[in-house]
Amino acid sequence: MFAFGGLTMPAAAGSLVSTATHGHAEVRVTEPLWLRGLLIGLALVFLALFLLVPLLLVFSAALENGVKAYFASLVSPDALHAIYLTGLAAAVSVPMGTLFGLAAAWSIAKFHFVGKNLLITLIDLPFSISPVIAGLLFVILFSPTHGYFGPWLAGHGIRVIFAIPGIIIATMFVTFPFVARELIPLFESQGTEEEQAARVLEASGWQIFWRITLPNAKWGLLYGVILCNARAMGEFGAVSVVTARVSGVTNTMPLEVATLYNDSGCYAAAFALASLLAMLGLVTLVAKTFVEWHVASQLTQAQKR
Amino acid sequence: MSIEAQRISKTFGAFRALQDVSLTVEAGELVALLGPSGSGKTTLLRIIAGLEQADPGSGPIKFHNQDVAHRDVGSRQVGFVFQHYALFRHMSVFENVAFGLRVRPRARRPTKEQIREKVTKLLKLVQLDVQAHRYPHQLSGGQRQRVALARALAIEPKVLLLDEPFGALDARVRQELRQWLRRLHDEIHLTSVFVTHDQDEAMELADRVLVMNEGRVEQIGTPDEVFHNPKTEFVMNFLGQVNQFHGRVEGGKIHFATLSLDAPHPSLSPPQLVRVFVRPHDLEIETKRNGHAAFPAVIKRVHSAGPNVRIELQTDSGEPLQAEMPQDRFRALAIGVQSQVFVSPRTVKVFDRGQNVFVHGEGI
Repeated sequence: MFAFGGLTMPAAAGSLVSTATHGHAEVRVTEPLWLRGLLIGLALVFLALFLLVPLLLVFSAALENGVKAYFASLVSPDALHAIYLTGLAAAVSVPMGTLFGLAAAWSIAKFHFVGKNLLITLIDLPFSISPVIAGLLFVILFSPTHGYFGPWLAGHGIRVIFAIPGIIIATMFVTFPFVARELIPLFESQGTEEEQAARVLEASGWQIFWRITLPNAKWGLLYGVILCNARAMGEFGAVSVVTARVSGVTNTMPLEVATLYNDSGCYAAAFALASLLAMLGLVTLVAKTFVEWHVASQLTQAQKR
Repeated sequence: MSIEAQRISKTFGAFRALQDVSLTVEAGELVALLGPSGSGKTTLLRIIAGLEQADPGSGPIKFHNQDVAHRDVGSRQVGFVFQHYALFRHMSVFENVAFGLRVRPRARRPTKEQIREKVTKLLKLVQLDVQAHRYPHQLSGGQRQRVALARALAIEPKVLLLDEPFGALDARVRQELRQWLRRLHDEIHLTSVFVTHDQDEAMELADRVLVMNEGRVEQIGTPDEVFHNPKTEFVMNFLGQVNQFHGRVEGGKIHFATLSLDAPHPSLSPPQLVRVFVRPHDLEIETKRNGHAAFPAVIKRVHSAGPNVRIELQTDSGEPLQAEMPQDRFRALAIGVQSQVFVSPRTVKVFDRGQNVFVHGEGI
């Protein structure tokens, strides 16, 4: 009898202890139901008020005068020109930003060289200064009347400020860190062992880049490109400073929206164009979420090794 | 194909990773570079491969009597197995192995059919033909290791270099792969060098072992030579357990513990302090004084789980000792913790200023 009791005691004590810890752990990680409900509710209300409602308002304002007027305002010459300019700015600055990002991230993450820290700091510059200042910087450089290079360029018939080159340069400036910023941590976590293995197998530099480095980084690269594109199409400040905001001449989509709304008072037309930008944002968001998932798995794979 | 590396030095900043190291590997030989971490063994391997450059002033690196020191890593035709395998994570097992063939310049590139044939053959050799379409992250450590090996062999390398090939595997897989690699080597006879910090691995696998410490070569020899005739104190210490005594040379004899042994070595002129080493299995334990030169000790602990019984003892002067003996011998002695016993060394190795000068006993 005694032996029996002695044997069962520890087991009973053990199970008691384990329930206690279990219960304790649950209490620690979980708030009461009402508090959870309150917090989630607050977040949802905030999201609805500040994101969803404005988004819906954009679309409802755009369609205020009917579907016909909506499409008519989108195909007006000024709107089409703005869409063309935005597309052009993105078409040039996204590939440039991608090339720069790849080169910078590749050199920073895979090699050691003098001035590496300076390069890393410089990459962050467009993030850290206001786009308006970036715009002003280009005005100081390229203004045809008082810029450093402007008069000389004007003498050779090249206009930068208040013209398309200015738009492209300003857009490139604000977008070039995106791809690099995304790729540096990915490259760093993946290390250089695979490249070394490829080198031993007699692969050339290009083969290593195309067959090893790039495929390993593809999701991170795509993520950077998506962010870069969204910024290129949405950039307002820097582009606004380097152009004179002339409808049909130098206005990109965001500038045209502002012009239509503030100067011309064509609210419905402004919102119609704004709805295009909003849709671009939604598409970006979906693509970003999808790619993000792949980036995360690429990173964890790199860390697992 | 033979490998010859002469007077290789390498510094990383202020750190001297290799100092004047020379190594010769005969064609078809399997050589281990053995040493603790930081001893320079991996650096030497990477210099042979061409992944690192030796310091200026170093001697040549010859493959089959041809100097390759200034050749690029790709053109040296070495098979290299990385410590963490470095498999191409976005490629299947098949594609990993095929990579070295696919990236060849068009003129030397085999046809698709030839590549398929060759890769399939290699995957059979490493027993992974079933896993050909898996990806590296779906494989176990041992399987990844074998993919890395097949990938290295695909380019028909002249030499095979392996960096800690079993380092990242658990004990049982390690043991199996070790034996498998030795069989593979006996089959294909590829000149091979591997790096390891595990002396058992080096002893079991290699034809010859190069023991390294702090960027220098301590000793080169067959596993038997380095184990039984260690040239330096470092090698003696690194290759298995030892008991260490401070000894004194006087009157043609070496005195240590309470023993005196004849020391007819000319360089040992008295009075001189030396170090005396005895391996645990070279310590004879008896319950009575049998006329041998023996000293008394008390048994403190007994570890009998294993092929041999390991016994921790303490001498009368308080020094700890370790001894090892077969199970049946231990049972025949009928001893246990706190037993008073007499210890006599069968073989002692005497070192003067780190160098082996004298072996006394059966091991001579």
